[in-house]
Amino acid sequence: MAERNGARNGNGSVKGSFKVKAGLAQMLKGGVIMDVVTPEHARIAQDAGACAVMALERVPADIRREGGVARMSDPDLIKSIMVAVTIPVMAKCRIGHFVEAQVLEALGIDYIDESEVLTPADEENHIDKHPFKVPFVCGCRDLGEATRRIAEGAAMIRTKGEAGTGNVVEAVRHARAVNAGIRKLQGMNHAELVREAKQIGAPVEVLAECQKLGRLPVVNFAAGGIATPADAALMMQLGVDGVFVGSGIFKSEDPLKRAKAIVAATTYFDKPDMIAEVSAGLGEAMRGLEIPAIPKDELLAARGW
Amino acid sequence: MQGAFAEHVRALEKAGARTRLIRTQEDLEGVDGIVLPGGESTTMTMLMERVGLLEPLRDAIQRGLATLATCAGMIVLARDITDGMGGQRGLGLLDVGVRRNGYGRQVDSFEAQLHIDGLDGKTFPGVFIRAPLVERTGDVEVIASYDHHPVAVRQGRIVALCFHPELSGDLRLHREFVRMAGAKN
Repeated sequence: MAERNGARNGNGSVKGSFKVKAGLAQMLKGGVIMDVVTPEHARIAQDAGACAVMALERVPADIRREGGVARMSDPDLIKSIMVAVTIPVMAKCRIGHFVEAQVLEALGIDYIDESEVLTPADEENHIDKHPFKVPFVCGCRDLGEATRRIAEGAAMIRTKGEAGTGNVVEAVRHARAVNAGIRKLQGMNHAELVREAKQIGAPVEVLAECQKLGRLPVVNFAAGGIATPADAALMMQLGVDGVFVGSGIFKSEDPLKRAKAIVAATTYFDKPDMIAEVSAGLGEAMRGLEIPAIPKDELLAARGW
Repeated sequence: MQGAFAEHVRALEKAGARTRLIRTQEDLEGVDGIVLPGGESTTMTMLMERVGLLEPLRDAIQRGLATLATCAGMIVLARDITDGMGGQRGLGLLDVGVRRNGYGRQVDSFEAQLHIDGLDGKTFPGVFIRAPLVERTGDVEVIASYDHHPVAVRQGRIVALCFHPELSGDLRLHREFVRMAGAKN
């Protein structure tokens, strides 16, 4: 396995360093990452202007409906999506399932999402992400969770929201929680920061970096319930760097049109005229779920520790 | 549009420039130089077409607007693109042929020290992320190469790079660009 700071090659170049892992996320900023289940979906997403796709067997809405253990997708499916598009391809592994992550790395995937949408494989530990050359994105609900994932080597963070619901309320809650957590650090001295780290279960070094930067030290996207252009723009105005859209596109009436509209609303998130223009005539959005209607043990965001 | 614009803004401001994000034709008015950042070239081109920015931008660069293009920005400028999305067209202004992701996928992304012409002899930290490979050069001046392929080229007031100076923490290329943009064409 590669060392923490990447593998040194004969010609003096270094592969898989944290800089290039976090750097790819920088290139995704201001963009939309779309869940796709077929090469055809992937091409539609690319044509619509997605900055990356997430290759999956089932979108979260179907995982939620069908139940059972949700695992990493079939490598054949992932490979067929990788050859279908030129933009980066991400794939999900189960929380703590480092062998699924090794498999995804062997396939040459561009980013791994260690995701609560799949059934967790370890109820105490996440994957140690430092030894991998491939970068990881992980979900969070608040600053403590985000900083723990970064300490484990995540090169990108996303809010969890509540995947497969088409309901943005949890994504808003989590993005606001991260923002509030960071705001609270401003003006603290070091002793107070250490105490705060203890309170929220955050590693002190990462928390100190958040304090210095006034934001997370890695790119932070929103995910989980974004279904409309206005939802995407809402998350952008709350300060995230970009958005993931899962079930919201391919569970809607006209996926290409909706996907294009969400891409435009993410770039022009602070221009209501533009959002109004692209939101018109999109057809039915995905149906969506009220969060209190979901049994507590079926809430995906509670997975991960 | 989309991509690593915030990092360029930070680097340019440290290099003494005032900056503005360009997302519409009106934003282009009165700028001395423009950065086409890294990101996804397909996303950027699609958005620029959609809002009618592609043609005004092409005109402005043709009239001599100082331009710094990094990674995807180089693809957007290039005359020929291979392995792009079916029928991918860009601005077609820079006389090079590039292969998208020509160095491989993300697991092949790398850092390497580069020798760049005109930069006081010290090496520059090159950060390559799913970088385009320059396969053909026409009427351009190659100012840096790595592994037998050009990684930095100049054509008039355009400087195009396969790597990401905005992620390197080294401001020398941004300072050079600010100086070029400030000079009259």
